Amino acid sequence: MKVTELIEKLDLKVYTKNVNLEKEINGGYVSDLLSDVMGNASEGNVWITLQNHLNVVAIASLKDLACIILVKGIEPSLDVIAKANEEQIPILGSTEKTFELSGKIYQLLM
Amino acid sequence: MVTLKFNIEGGNFSKAGYASSQVKKTLKQLNIHQSLIKNIVVALYEAEVNIVAHAYKGTIQVDIAPTDVSMLVSDEGPGIENIDLAMQEGFSTASAEVRQMGFGAGMGLPNIKKNVDEMYIDTVVGKGTSLKLKKMLNNV
Ligand SMILES: Nc1ncnc2c1ncn2[C@@H]1O[C@H](COP(=O)(O)OP(=O)(O)O)[C@@H](O)[C@H]1O
Ligand SMILES: [Mg+2]
Repeated sequence: MKVTELIEKLDLKVYTKNVNLEKEINGGYVSDLLSDVMGNASEGNVWITLQNHLNVVAIASLKDLACIILVKGIEPSLDVIAKANEEQIPILGSTEKTFELSGKIYQLLM
Repeated sequence: MVTLKFNIEGGNFSKAGYASSQVKKTLKQLNIHQSLIKNIVVALYEAEVNIVAHAYKGTIQVDIAPTDVSMLVSDEGPGIENIDLAMQEGFSTASAEVRQMGFGAGMGLPNIKKNVDEMYIDTVVGKGTSLKLKKMLNNV
């Protein structure tokens, strides 16, 4: 499934601008511990988290993740959005809590 | 042989990962195998963040040779009192502030170990730490 399809199906908010949303998603990782994501997420994963700072974008870029989804309506700050635009990492948002959102994405992907 | 050098500022989280990102770009340009780049990036990022999170300042030198990538990550900082303890998954002395950002899970040094072929820690309490890492390029 592509990032665009996920946005459509789950009515996600898109915070980034001019970032490629045609990337293919091959799975996901749910964690708020950065070293956990660094060690265990895989290229092409969606990353579901409540962490919302520059390092999240840096990690997503280093790991070639498909996109970041912020839960519970958390909004990224302007500097985070700017960096994500530059690094071509889509930052999406959901009003749902982590468990519910992850469950839905799991069903869509599996 | 390609050599890359970086200065790392302690405490400056907004720049953390810059050196790792530059090294990743260079490794890609050199057509190093993807899975090896992934390993190197994980190890180097964790080492870079450890300078930012635990030390005052440091340097990273990466030497890319045809057979291996060697990384020397040195800092001026508090040093590590007990290396065995520091290597244990979950052990961390990171501040509450650093933990709130999602760092300080105590998985950095174990992540490094898992992703390289050689890892040596040289540390003097009250002076600093230097990490010598090597990733072989001939066994994908
Ligand atoms: N460069 C360093 N200087 C001083 N202490 C360090 C350094 N690197 C690691 N440590 C010590 O080892 C512990 C474990 O490191 P690590 O596994 O990377 O976990 P974390 O950084 O999440 O705490 C740190 O909390 C710290 O006490
Ligand atoms: Mg660490």
